[in-house]
Amino acid sequence: MARLLHRSALSERVVRLVLGAAGRLTTPLLPDDYLAMADPLLSRRWPAGRVEEVRAETSDATTLVIRPGHGWRPARRAGQYVPVGVRIGGVLHWRTYSLTAPPGRPGDPFTITVRALPDGRVSRHLAHRLQPGEVLRLGPAQGDFHLPDAPPRRLLLLTAGIGITPVMAILRALDSDDRPAEGTDVLLVHSAPDPARTVFGPELRAMAEDLPWFRLYEHHTRAGARPAGHLTPEQLPALCPDWRERDTWACGPAALLESAERLWAAEGLAERLHIERFRPPPLLPSDATGSAAPGVPVQFAASGVETAAGTGTPLLHVGEAAGVAMPSGCRMGICFGCVSPLLHGRVRDLRTGEVHGEPGDLIQTCVSAASGPVALDL
Amino acid sequence: MSTAVTTRPTVPALPAPSDRPDPSAAPPHGTDTEALGRELDRIRADVLARRGDEDARYIHTVVAVHRRLEIAGRAALAVSLLPPAWLAGTAALSTAKILENLELGHNIMHGQWDWMRDPAIHSTSWEWDNPTPAYAWKHTHNHIHHTWTNVVGRDRDLGFTVLRMSKDQRWHPAHLFQPVLAALGAPFFEWMAALYDLEADAVLQRRKSLRSFLRDTANTVRKGARQAAKDYLLFPLLAGPSAVPCLLGNFTANTVRSLWAHTVIFCGHFPDGVRSFTEEEIEDETRGQWYLRQALGSANLEGGAVFHVLTGNLSHQIEHHLFPDLPSNRYAEIAPRVREVLTAHDVPYTTGPLLKQYASTWARICRMALPDLPITSVARRVLAAAS
Repeated sequence: MARLLHRSALSERVVRLVLGAAGRLTTPLLPDDYLAMADPLLSRRWPAGRVEEVRAETSDATTLVIRPGHGWRPARRAGQYVPVGVRIGGVLHWRTYSLTAPPGRPGDPFTITVRALPDGRVSRHLAHRLQPGEVLRLGPAQGDFHLPDAPPRRLLLLTAGIGITPVMAILRALDSDDRPAEGTDVLLVHSAPDPARTVFGPELRAMAEDLPWFRLYEHHTRAGARPAGHLTPEQLPALCPDWRERDTWACGPAALLESAERLWAAEGLAERLHIERFRPPPLLPSDATGSAAPGVPVQFAASGVETAAGTGTPLLHVGEAAGVAMPSGCRMGICFGCVSPLLHGRVRDLRTGEVHGEPGDLIQTCVSAASGPVALDL
Repeated sequence: MSTAVTTRPTVPALPAPSDRPDPSAAPPHGTDTEALGRELDRIRADVLARRGDEDARYIHTVVAVHRRLEIAGRAALAVSLLPPAWLAGTAALSTAKILENLELGHNIMHGQWDWMRDPAIHSTSWEWDNPTPAYAWKHTHNHIHHTWTNVVGRDRDLGFTVLRMSKDQRWHPAHLFQPVLAALGAPFFEWMAALYDLEADAVLQRRKSLRSFLRDTANTVRKGARQAAKDYLLFPLLAGPSAVPCLLGNFTANTVRSLWAHTVIFCGHFPDGVRSFTEEEIEDETRGQWYLRQALGSANLEGGAVFHVLTGNLSHQIEHHLFPDLPSNRYAEIAPRVREVLTAHDVPYTTGPLLKQYASTWARICRMALPDLPITSVARRVLAAAS
């Protein structure tokens, strides 16, 4: 039955109409909740994907081939990422991973590549313990790290370590284009510990041999008799003399990205540098609004706790510091595990600076700060 | 790793302990309430340390069993012109509704499973098969009842604003009819609870605005209509020739669920041995004293594993009131330790088989229907002294 439903040729609109009507019978649950019993991939309410293949790339990096279910919003562009939810010890943990291949047809499997971090409980689980057949929750694919509609001819890709993942999707997208535009020239400067620990190393080297428009420069930090140390943007002019004339997409450790930003900004070229961070940039510092006051009153009504908070501090931190049992999740504004109802006041989104909120709104406490006196129903 | 605190409020925030405890709040037998509190905190911490995969599997299993039972029940009732199908369908649907109400709805909305961080099984998103909307129930139950358990004038569940369940509640001639009222309310408990959650009394006492009362009423009417349409219109229509038996089956299932929930809930706080408290008694209450009040204000039911699941583990009412946010599957496990700790501190642990506790509850409903005449209270005191 599940297979039949998957293959059903009914249009999305008809399906939605039928599910809406069936909702009258399943209220207060949704038809989804029952369909998901047959196969979690049928759920639109809680989009999920099934691991079809687990492929080791290096000793600590693993590629997962995931077949997404209904209700998953697929990537539109190469370079975007997907939030992945995995249950460990009964608890659902969310992390985001770059898709490593360009978007396929709706319903097609997609790939992510996970590097096990030494102290990363989630990444180690995904990279080393996940078995084919397991089901993961999925968030909508998203992200602005992608090439524009008309890609620039001359590209510099600057990556280090597992930061290769979104760039790999971009490269594969360029490669799948039968006839790249005349004069296309792509240089990838990639840093990895050594050849064996270079994620996608063999594929990148093969591409560099086969594709006339693609050049690869590998920087190895720990190989050879005299390890070269970390790649720094200061080395760039030697590797890519025309870097100022190129549009650059960079992804890697925070230190690399920060120094790249400084270099590009110093040359007045900031808008030619596109960056993907695996961790969010630091939130605006406290008192970013210029207020010298220690803070505004914040009330956690259900817990009976009142405290004061700076207008740059996430309400999640404010609550936890005050001993309130705060729901939380990803702590970076993605999973909505921390959403809490606003009773009164308005909050500022620390990512955008936008001030918003009406009583009853569910706000993400991990990325929202009080913009004035605020009460939460927690 | 994140240091997130993922549990929902545990024990409601309490006023700061005073340096000199109010003597009127002193517990019976001179219990060292702070030591009691520490020992109970340890039980709680032990469960939190072990909470994990096994608990998650439990709740997912209950969810799956509920949904399968409901599908089976609805399917059988669709052909319920055949009497065996009616019987099987009604039994399956009744059981499904009981599970959904108590072990799922009640416990999930308590936040017992919020630690899983799964928005599909979470107190903020769960909605139940009951006319009262989740948000209204969470307010009157999680907030009011669990914070102010058995405090006269604060815990509205102490008689649900219409019954007199403690001699500290003022008698009114209308209470003479309360046995009849309680009996009539039982089969329609879900609808009574929906009315109760609207808090009309709070509007009269100006604790709730008329505006929010009207908004809540509209929400409840809307939800009640959806609930009624499902059970009494749409499923019977789909059953075609079996429409009438299907409707009767759905009605029976709702009634069985109401009677059962009413029984379990009344047995939780009203049998003999359960105490009520006055507002003066709980002034400056410490965490340890709050624990003590929860233990003295609740009563357990004895039974087997299936019985416990069908009561939503509210058969462990004492454990539930001490730790309202611990996963319900852990209550049976900690019950012996809780009993040991309470007994060691000379705190009575009220428990008994269902029939005995139910009879005792009804005895109280009838007893409290009558005014406390001076003569009866004197007699009571003499009896108490004699025993």
